[in-house]
Amino acid sequence: MAIDLEQFHQVFFEESFEGLDLMEQALLNIGPHNETPETINTIFRAAHSIKGGSGTFGFTAVTDFTHVLETLLDEARDGKRQLTSEIIELLLESCDCLRHMMQQLSSGNPVDDNQSQPLRAKFEALLQQDPESPTMTGNNHEAVVRDCVDALLCAPLPKDDKADDNAREPTDVPHNEWIIHFAPEPQILLTGNEPLRLFRELGSLGELTICADVTNIPALNQLAADECYIHWTLTLRTPADKNRITEVFDWVLDECKLDVSPAPKTDVAQHNNTDAESSPPLQRAATAEPTKDLTPVSAVTTSTEPNKDTHTAIPSNTSIRVGIDKVDSLINLVGELVITQSMLSELGNNFDMNKVEKLSQGLEQLLQNTKELQESVMQIRMLPISFAFNRFPRMIRDLAAKTDKKIELKLSGEQTELDKTVMEQIGDPLVHLVRNAIDHGLEPAAQRLNAGKPETGTIALNAYHQGGNIVIEIADDGRGLNTEKILAKARDKGIVDSGATLSEAHIYELIFEPGFSTAEVVSDISGRGVGMDVVRRNIKQLGGRIEVESVLGQGTTFKIYLPLTLAILDGQLVRVGSETYIIPLIAIVESLQIKTDLVNKVSGHMLLYRLREDNVPIIPVYQEFGIEAENKELENGLLVVVEGDGQKIGLLVDDLLAQQQVVIKSLESNYKAVRGISGATILGDGSVALILDIPGLITLASNRSYNRLKQNRAA
Amino acid sequence: MDLQTPDQHSGIDKTATANLKLENGDFITNANQYLTFILGDEHYGVDILSVKEIRGWEKPTAIPHAAEYVKGVINMRGVIVPILDLRIRFDVGDSSYGTTTVVIVLSTKTSQRSATMGFVVDAVSDVLNAEQDEIRPVPAFHGNILPEYIEGLVNVGGDVVTLIHVDQLLNLNDKGAERVNE
Repeated sequence: MAIDLEQFHQVFFEESFEGLDLMEQALLNIGPHNETPETINTIFRAAHSIKGGSGTFGFTAVTDFTHVLETLLDEARDGKRQLTSEIIELLLESCDCLRHMMQQLSSGNPVDDNQSQPLRAKFEALLQQDPESPTMTGNNHEAVVRDCVDALLCAPLPKDDKADDNAREPTDVPHNEWIIHFAPEPQILLTGNEPLRLFRELGSLGELTICADVTNIPALNQLAADECYIHWTLTLRTPADKNRITEVFDWVLDECKLDVSPAPKTDVAQHNNTDAESSPPLQRAATAEPTKDLTPVSAVTTSTEPNKDTHTAIPSNTSIRVGIDKVDSLINLVGELVITQSMLSELGNNFDMNKVEKLSQGLEQLLQNTKELQESVMQIRMLPISFAFNRFPRMIRDLAAKTDKKIELKLSGEQTELDKTVMEQIGDPLVHLVRNAIDHGLEPAAQRLNAGKPETGTIALNAYHQGGNIVIEIADDGRGLNTEKILAKARDKGIVDSGATLSEAHIYELIFEPGFSTAEVVSDISGRGVGMDVVRRNIKQLGGRIEVESVLGQGTTFKIYLPLTLAILDGQLVRVGSETYIIPLIAIVESLQIKTDLVNKVSGHMLLYRLREDNVPIIPVYQEFGIEAENKELENGLLVVVEGDGQKIGLLVDDLLAQQQVVIKSLESNYKAVRGISGATILGDGSVALILDIPGLITLASNRSYNRLKQNRAA
Repeated sequence: MDLQTPDQHSGIDKTATANLKLENGDFITNANQYLTFILGDEHYGVDILSVKEIRGWEKPTAIPHAAEYVKGVINMRGVIVPILDLRIRFDVGDSSYGTTTVVIVLSTKTSQRSATMGFVVDAVSDVLNAEQDEIRPVPAFHGNILPEYIEGLVNVGGDVVTLIHVDQLLNLNDKGAERVNE
């Protein structure tokens, strides 16, 4: 039974998390005095489905907790109880608590009730007239332990089978005792061999006692969830012979140390001992139930180690919920594609020159179809950014209470769609920026009033499309960045030379330096100076960039530019010799024809091109990649000026070809990472072209010139 | 999933058991099949189960900063596959590209990684059936190829075929790869 249900666990967790999100939003919408039946119903429904689901799957701790919640909500729904702000606060806390429980369950850990117990007590205090509640508390701990055991021991232990097997085995057959030492190699689970199944098989041969040796289990932080660290000593009383026993291990012989030997005759007494030792974790768990001791729970976890892989594997197996309309349009398009294909093959069957026009029409149709299909498939990965924004109302509510500031949150552009992978990775940087805006950006109410601003500060989150990018803005109307203060701090920390003068933009850049913080007081919200460089690094990893605009006394705006998707890139095809390379369009500043009088030779063989005020180093691609080029002269050469990491370089190429969207393929999957190359793609003619990694190329080129310098010095 | 539960194992599920055994070549017979090929005037063999396809030589797209034996990458039905010249890597024969020059595409799949790569050889010759006891151990001293790349030697008529470890061959991060190049 439990095994069958397990495949639905993931869906249940996903639904529950969604339900909790809904519940939280509804709770935030309810003020103490504007409760509408509809919102209360939403909350009630969410709680009810979580209760129902967890009941089905035997997550008793969750069921019991939501039951109390539901009772309270039911009263509110019937108008018997006012949802005071105290109750709403409690409900929000219980959302967190449930989410925590779900996370523990989904990662296969036992639920700890440190959080739920006090909450439940509070709820029960509220529900004093409820006759059911007192008995519930008494049961709770038992329920939790039982739940852990249920959740973790989904595969029945071999012991369970013993009873049946004994019944099946005729008792008058002479029984021999065998001692089996079974020491599987750590990776045995990866090959799909489950020791428990072997034991069950052994159990079918006779009476089996199992003793697990857990001494090899490493500390939790070194533990790989998919490795098996346990060795077993099994005692088997069976009429079967040695061959029959070793046969059970046939599939795992290569991956274990196996020793089957007949037990010494005196072993009967010992056998009883091992029997007692064999199941201590379970027995201890059972006896510990009434004592309210938490250690047995951890014992249960270790004892069921081999099961763990099935549980921890689940989170990596993420899924996307796709609207049925998107799927319908896909099916529609595939249908079209099939029709076009059959038309074309019909045409090819007896082709003559009269049909050329029809052929070109058909090909045109095919092009249209594939383009639409591509777009629709990409659409599936797209989710509205509200998924990332939705966590902020709650966060701001909590932070406002903590910092004692009045904050209003404005969300706009929530329907802007973004690739799921990008979305997952942008969440944390966004949280960090919003926390910063609240902690550093917004002033305390008194200060705001003095400055002639409204008492309530505003944090605005906005998302919109711009060209091939999505832009996310985080704006506050707080004190703004104080350039003098930042510069002073930077000089203090030695990030900037004391004499240097910097432009405003450069000073803003400083806040992204590692270890930089101007906060006078380190709070638990922010101020340790580790955040912004991580934010920028995360965004860069996604192929995006971040910009800061700020007006002192009026506020700060962070703009994050992200590519719409990570799978497709707008590229400029360039030719060098016989090779074609792709430069990401987003990195290109401009392309121009070199005028030799603007080229300057400086600091020993470095070529600089004067581009208006900037001096751009010229990097000949052929030299960098060690290939042959058509044009090695600078005169009339083509220079593509690109920017990465705030640094501009000019790439000398032979020819500019088409601009087109390319599908990014990994080089690493079959080869290894190549410096200066971010990936590869397949061109229209089926050949492979490499995609240039501009920031990588810049580091590569600067390292090279540095090395050359060193070599020259040595020589 | 429940393949080894007592009821099923004893009776019905013969096909599933057979499938399981197929996955592990050793269970069928002790003989393994090897695809043999020629580098210069030497004979080599690789486990035939790791051969994905054999294709004619076409000029690949060069990879910058790559070792000399990495000729580049090609598009094999939407997958980017690197092409390595075994003749240069093992320093056997001369690396000219003629009509019989072929690329053997090998793939390996272990729990840690899976990889597909193409190897340029002078010619593909035969399929060799080698019993486990026909495979001789590697001699203590070795030529250009390090012993960890070699599974064993098999005598075929007057020739000796060197059996190559595919997993090792496809492991580019291995230190051995660099030692060969020195």
